[in-house]
Amino acid sequence: MAKSYDRLEGKPHLTEEWVGKAYTFVCIMFLVITISSMVYFVASKGLSTFLVNGVNVGDLLTGLKWNPEADIPLFGALPFIFGSFSTSILAAIIAAPLGFCAAVFMVEIAPKFGRKYMQPVIELLAGIPSVVYGFVGLSVIVPFFRDTFPGQGIGIAAGAVVLAVMILPTITTIATDALAALPAGLKEGSYALGSTRYQTISRIVLPTTLPAQMTGIVLGIARAFGEALAVQMVIGNAPHIPHSLFESTSTLTSAITLSMGNTSMGSVHNNALWSLALILMLMTFVFVFIIRMLERRSKL
Amino acid sequence: MTANAIIDINDLNLYYGDFHALKNVSMDIPEKAITAFIGPSGCGKSTLLRTFNRMNDMIAGTRIDGTVAIAGTDIYSNEVDVETLRKRVGMVFQQPNPFPKSIYDNIAYGPRLHGVTDRRRLDEIVETSLRSAALWEEVKDHLKRSALSISGGQQQRLCIARALAVEPDILLMDEATSALDPISTLKIEELAQELKDRYTIVMVTHNMHQAARVSQQTVFFLNGEVVEYAETERLFSNPTDQRTEDYISGRFG
Ligand SMILES: Nc1ncnc2c1ncn2[C@@H]1O[C@H](COP(=O)(O)OP(=O)(O)O)[C@@H](O)[C@H]1O
Ligand SMILES: [Mg+2]
Repeated sequence: MAKSYDRLEGKPHLTEEWVGKAYTFVCIMFLVITISSMVYFVASKGLSTFLVNGVNVGDLLTGLKWNPEADIPLFGALPFIFGSFSTSILAAIIAAPLGFCAAVFMVEIAPKFGRKYMQPVIELLAGIPSVVYGFVGLSVIVPFFRDTFPGQGIGIAAGAVVLAVMILPTITTIATDALAALPAGLKEGSYALGSTRYQTISRIVLPTTLPAQMTGIVLGIARAFGEALAVQMVIGNAPHIPHSLFESTSTLTSAITLSMGNTSMGSVHNNALWSLALILMLMTFVFVFIIRMLERRSKL
Repeated sequence: MTANAIIDINDLNLYYGDFHALKNVSMDIPEKAITAFIGPSGCGKSTLLRTFNRMNDMIAGTRIDGTVAIAGTDIYSNEVDVETLRKRVGMVFQQPNPFPKSIYDNIAYGPRLHGVTDRRRLDEIVETSLRSAALWEEVKDHLKRSALSISGGQQQRLCIARALAVEPDILLMDEATSALDPISTLKIEELAQELKDRYTIVMVTHNMHQAARVSQQTVFFLNGEVVEYAETERLFSNPTDQRTEDYISGRFG
């Protein structure tokens, strides 16, 4: 004991090393425990709908009617699944070209102006609370759609536009990093052959950075998929698959947030909401997996 | 020596912002021969080379006065279309920079930019360009393979082939062998020798021996000025300027 104490006294960095290791280990363990208990909690709650309450998995995934409080309760979550996917993917379709063009502008066309003014503005956009986005959507976008298209203005289109603005910073930031990381030699090589800027961007820059761009887009979709409040404010929350983009519908997140407070723990309805949460969580895993795959591709 | 000049530079000054990078450069570069630019690092060799295809245009804050004429046309005049100029003046860079595409698509890139779409015509261009760059035999069986899968020396010859595919008159090589091993370097030097009968070649090299081996004219630069410009043999055997002599005998740089 005395001997090892001497050894440590002579080399204080060894003690520091040990303390550092122990500290990081504790932090990591805390993270691992938190995450795995959350996964376990959501999974056990979500699965008990099927295991305890005897709801059929297929019925939940493909059923069109959601009426958990009826005498014969119905747990068809397809409208929510459809609403979540359609709003997030449409949001990505709107935001991806905008984000790419903004990134091209900031990196290729006006780097000084871009770095000085646009980057901070975009970062600011990422920091705005989602209730503000929802509020703006409700007071600007919904009335605009109501006046321009048949329908009430609320629905998938309004949700997608709000989400597009919300995920624009993610997509733009990742696109900007991808463009900035492109070896300068590639662009020079293209210009030296007599290409215009547009040709270089469309034939070299875009294809080369595509996997990285896709990472940004999937990350954006994942964020949109999980966003609750802003979407809920503009989507109408009717639990059915709409006939148009301007008709009230709902998403997984808004179904959960709207009803969670009105159900009692352990009831079928409550468990069914956990099943929706489980779907959300599994989808997040899928998105993370896709991003991992893309990142591996973009390194090659 | 200047009877058949293709590039004619007159009183050229170039500034990067406040920095005076080229000072009163005047010279004629003869057609269908190899001209080498030598001099210590940072003396302006690349800068001058990049005025010939106006690659300096892309660097913000670059200012230029004086004239650079190619085949009698002032390339900095307003009528000149930069893309057309670059089609006529090809460039090979220090680091091989093949596009992350197939070997075929790398060569076809330039012709496609300039409107060639016919598949058979493209096949033809790819083959002749690769043959000209002495690469055809090595890659003809895997034109669909990624250009990044071949060796650095092959990649550099691919970049030469890619430049030749748009049928330039002039080929600029900026230290094109400095990232390569000795054998690949030798291959590119031999290639340059073959190409000089058909193309005007201007090469920047930090390697005096390379200049002595392959070029017909050599220009020695120092701090943005042309110190001496002569036939290569004469410049190396009998330099007129003391600074040239110091440099080629290895006393500085
Ligand atoms: N984009 C630039 N901006 C400012 N200065 C530059 C730039 N490019 C080169 N220079 C300066 O111009 C001088 C000549 O550079 P360069 O032509 O690249 O030299 P060389 O090719 O002979 O090594 C150097 O002092 C270099 O620092
Ligand atoms: Mg240089």
